[in-house]
Amino acid sequence: MDRPAKIVIKDLNLYFGKNHVLKNVNVQIPEHKITVILGPSGCGKTTLLKSLNRLIDLNPNVKVSGSILIDEEDVLHTRKDITQIRRKMGLLAQRPYPLPMNIFNNVAFGLRISGRRNQLMLKRRVQHYLEQANLWNEVKDRLKDSATSLSIGQQQRLCLARGLSVDPEIILADEPTSALDPLSSMAIEQKFVELKKNYTIVLVTHILQQAQRIADHVIFMYMGEVLEQGSADEVFNHPKHEITRNFIKGNFN
Amino acid sequence: MTDKRIRYIEEGFFRVLMFFSTTGIVLTLLLILFSILMKGLPSLSWEMLSQTPKGGFYYGKEGGILNAIIGSLYLSLGSTILAFVIGLPVALFMNIHLIRYKRLVNAVRFFLDLLWGVPSIVYGAFGFSVMIYFGIKASLIAGIVTVTVFILPIMIRAIDEALKTVPRGLLESTLSLGATRSETSYRVYFRQSFSGIVTALLLSFGRAIGDAASVLFTTGYTDHIPTSLNQPTATLPLSIFFQLSSPIQEVQNRAYASAVVLTIIILIISLSVRYFEKRFHKHKIKF
Repeated sequence: MDRPAKIVIKDLNLYFGKNHVLKNVNVQIPEHKITVILGPSGCGKTTLLKSLNRLIDLNPNVKVSGSILIDEEDVLHTRKDITQIRRKMGLLAQRPYPLPMNIFNNVAFGLRISGRRNQLMLKRRVQHYLEQANLWNEVKDRLKDSATSLSIGQQQRLCLARGLSVDPEIILADEPTSALDPLSSMAIEQKFVELKKNYTIVLVTHILQQAQRIADHVIFMYMGEVLEQGSADEVFNHPKHEITRNFIKGNFN
Repeated sequence: MTDKRIRYIEEGFFRVLMFFSTTGIVLTLLLILFSILMKGLPSLSWEMLSQTPKGGFYYGKEGGILNAIIGSLYLSLGSTILAFVIGLPVALFMNIHLIRYKRLVNAVRFFLDLLWGVPSIVYGAFGFSVMIYFGIKASLIAGIVTVTVFILPIMIRAIDEALKTVPRGLLESTLSLGATRSETSYRVYFRQSFSGIVTALLLSFGRAIGDAASVLFTTGYTDHIPTSLNQPTATLPLSIFFQLSSPIQEVQNRAYASAVVLTIIILIISLSVRYFEKRFHKHKIKF
């Protein structure tokens, strides 16, 4: 790793009730790269992602031990306000969840809650982030329309713009293309490749091809354990573990 | 008999059952409405709507029920607003802040449902005993508070049911932006479940304006229009009750006319609120 790790997870164990979901996870996620968390459904990828910005707090009976250091600050045991930590990380969910307001306000929402209320500035920033998400040209004449009037692919880009608007350092993406058509998926993937200059991207996926197309760094998970991690080349071409090898060959069940 | 035939018979049986229960219910409601209109409309006059009872009104002489119309509107609007101001934060708190404590929230829901089933006379008696303790006389404010307590369980549970339908992903997305839970509550959840919240308001209002027992002891009855919160107040359900208990036919007919007025008030409020809801609710996200 040529750069220092942005996120370091040490001995993370997580239980939902009696269900041991994450087992002794030790992971490093490098800065300004696309790190793909890969693995079959139900292996704990999403849970790992959601523990980064502490969305797991919303679950009943959740027990966590270990530490998650982001910029050397332990987010699990911090005394800082949780909203400050979450603001560092934009989330792109499995399917778009636009807010129940118009397109402009969807992006302006993030700006307003971070205290920016100057109308002129809001307009300029909203345009900037919509351009960043490659959505501006499609929506510039209908900013007052409801976010529901957009297609699913457009909604997902709107959610990306909204996520970028709070100026995060990290983008957490939880199978962001699973509800999208192939064309919209490609648009999102390309966007990620452009965005990695400025952001650290953590992408959860079960699609091997997607991981192979854009991953710099790969974490392979199976049944709540991290079996393998390293550069894309290492994991895809020289997997150490039998299960990883099978998954990559495609004869996995 | 083959499996297939049994399935067809089953399908046919339940379809007939559903058809008859639906038409049965609708016909009964129409019949009630019809009988109210039949008996009430002939006695309905501008005089009834625009005047307070004059001496001898309850013996069939002149006067109207303006006191009860105004009183009922004061009382039910006041208590609906008060219950909304208290109930909305409770429901939001249950669904957003307490999302981790499912059991606790379900217990609260259970108790609210129980309270929903308590007859309104119990609320009236409770309100009355509290009034005696504090030495308050029957008044508009005592009625508003009692009715508020009476409709709160409905208000909270109806809003709660609306909030329950908001998908978890929306909460996660909003929190991920660094929003606090209160910002999520009032700027996102409130908008997303607006139509459900409006339904909650209408349900509560309907129950508030239609109930006689809870206001029997607490607001009292008077022939005057109240000019302050400390005065006793007439209400339409009680007005109907007093007129119906009269042996004079003409007065009984006026009771039905009062029921028509009550129905029309509820109709007007429902339709206008629904109209506003449509205009405000175009941004709801459908999942």
